[in-house]
Amino acid sequence: MSATTAQGRPGRTLPLTDGSLPRRLVRGAVTPGGAVFILAAILFVAVLSANPSFGEPPQLIRFIGRTAPIAIAAMGQYYVIVSGEFDLSMGAVIATQVVIAGNYIGDDEGRVLPALVLMLVIGALVGLVNGLGTTLLRVPSFIVTLGTMLALGGLVRFLTGGAATGNPVDSFREIGRGGIQDVPVVEVLPYPVIVLVLVMVGGVWLMRSPFGRTIIATGDNPDAAALAGAHVWWVKTRAFMLSSLSATVAGILLVGYAGVHPSVGAGYEFQAITAVVLGGVVLGGGRGWILSAAAGAFALELLFSFLNFQEIESTWRPTVQGVIIILAVAAAGRAWSLGRRPSKSSPPAPPAASAPSPTTARPGTETGEI
Amino acid sequence: MTRATRLDSTALIYLVLVAVVAVSAVLTGVEGRNFFSQGNVWAVLTAMSVLGLIAIGQTLVILVGSLDLSVPYVVSLATVIAAGGMKGLDGNIPAAVVNTLALCAVIGLVMGLLVSLLHVHGFIASLGIGLVVSGYLGTNYQGSHGAAAPDLRLLGRSGIAGWIPTAFVILLVCAVLVTLMLRHTRLGHHVYAIGGNRDVARMSGVRTALPVVAAHVLCSVLAGVAALLLLSRTGVGSPTIGSQGRYDLLSIAAVVLGGTLLAGGKGSVVGTIGGVAIFAVLDNVMGVMQVNPFLKDFVRGLVIVLAVAVYARRSVVRRPPRFGASRPAVLDVVTGPSRAGRKGESA
Repeated sequence: MSATTAQGRPGRTLPLTDGSLPRRLVRGAVTPGGAVFILAAILFVAVLSANPSFGEPPQLIRFIGRTAPIAIAAMGQYYVIVSGEFDLSMGAVIATQVVIAGNYIGDDEGRVLPALVLMLVIGALVGLVNGLGTTLLRVPSFIVTLGTMLALGGLVRFLTGGAATGNPVDSFREIGRGGIQDVPVVEVLPYPVIVLVLVMVGGVWLMRSPFGRTIIATGDNPDAAALAGAHVWWVKTRAFMLSSLSATVAGILLVGYAGVHPSVGAGYEFQAITAVVLGGVVLGGGRGWILSAAAGAFALELLFSFLNFQEIESTWRPTVQGVIIILAVAAAGRAWSLGRRPSKSSPPAPPAASAPSPTTARPGTETGEI
Repeated sequence: MTRATRLDSTALIYLVLVAVVAVSAVLTGVEGRNFFSQGNVWAVLTAMSVLGLIAIGQTLVILVGSLDLSVPYVVSLATVIAAGGMKGLDGNIPAAVVNTLALCAVIGLVMGLLVSLLHVHGFIASLGIGLVVSGYLGTNYQGSHGAAAPDLRLLGRSGIAGWIPTAFVILLVCAVLVTLMLRHTRLGHHVYAIGGNRDVARMSGVRTALPVVAAHVLCSVLAGVAALLLLSRTGVGSPTIGSQGRYDLLSIAAVVLGGTLLAGGKGSVVGTIGGVAIFAVLDNVMGVMQVNPFLKDFVRGLVIVLAVAVYARRSVVRRPPRFGASRPAVLDVVTGPSRAGRKGESA
């Protein structure tokens, strides 16, 4: 249940891979990446106590479906953050995709598939631009993605005049709002849930593949990764492409819920970053588990549901969100730094191991080791 | 040698500025108007002042290795508090100004403590504080609030010889003071040291908390001053004026445009002012050409990326003279760009 289970490497015993599964789970749960699951569980119980009907399977599955876009966006953002960068262009990408869906597809059923291909290609292209700008032009990712955010957002608003335009055919919107009917227990299985599960499985597989290992190594220490033979620029560029593609998928799902308006997706980048950080992924890269990022998104949405059920004025939502983020990150920072200190029982590591430094090479830190 | 490279860094941004001004002058001329007319210069300088003050504060925060995303909400809060305190009466000005700036300082203090003591990443600390403030604003203020005192509004219209607005003079004074602070005080040197490497600074005996807190407090206070300038122009406090101006992202963009390393430790206020000037000139010429407001964003985004790209490759081998020979250049060439996101990660 923690970063380590996904990142343990055969042939070498990492501290957190010793012991039986329950012990590993307990140890994993006290890392920030594991604690978010506990946080989500606590929030779930809180929502349940405020509104018992929330726990009924049909309600629950719909909640998961509603949360799918932000969870998918958070997992996309995870790739970029764990590689040590930021992606602020997510919201603008979502808006672009939504507007493309609305205007290109229109009433033409036959255009659904070409549109999907077109949207994915555009998503990949935006990611490519972000990635190459960051790696080859050496512009900080914060600035590159801010640039693409302004440029794409401005272009979309300019082309649409800032108003809702176009309306994609219903079969396309079904992807976001429809589902498989007559499923036992949950009545209806929304398509977003299926997409979410697929993205999660794909993400976990990807992070266990050599690419996933390299991306974490790159985020932890790009110099070391480069010296070890990783093509840092291509790894990071792929991370940006994955992020934009995730935003595209989130956009496709959002068309079903939200309709076609250039403001769909506004603020998604910060929501996604918040979710990722809540999931214990360290800004600056190198630490964190992909499913923790998704769990962070669920924790955030559960928090909002809880506030709704408590009938707290919606204007206070940002305040509560802000306090929770700060507290979660402060607690997580403590946990990571505790975990990084060598334990007293283990033989002393090389002297440098206890002195992690954010800007130079960090000796003694393993991929995923805490 | 270090002197020459340093001049090079700031000189480059001002060369870009000159180029932008030249193109703008031509484009304005094509529209049949004079870019260097009295009214236009006034407009450009006024436009610079608000973003400029915020960007100076942002420079400090970025130099120390943090980030401040809360400025738009601090600006909004400061305008409603100041306008609410003044209620349109001159007699209330001192109290309202002191209250406003003190409140801003407290917000900055909280952020600084979160970053320095609790080791929360500046991105998250300021995002969280910004959300807290925006929730407060959204709950307690709907629409505009209060009124600026006549004297303050007069300040917004006054200037030197009809060319230089007072707001711009305030900006220059603040820029000079902060530059002096950065170059000639212990605090300023510590800011650079901590931004360069917090752990090395700490192990060298620098108390890392104070400069981080000071940078955040100054940033929030400067945002408060910027809010007062905004108030002097708008006349009423507005709970959304900051987020409409998108001062968080634009100020960070201006700072980076000015050659400051987003990871901290390298950069100057002089460069930042150059970056702000580029934005102001661009906005001005797009206004003259009546560019669609949505298209403005497109151009802005393009310019930010291109301008930074022009010297991002070069700036990685440059460093302030203070640290001239202390680090091998090779490491910087390899790491400079790729570690853009790695500022002040909590240790």
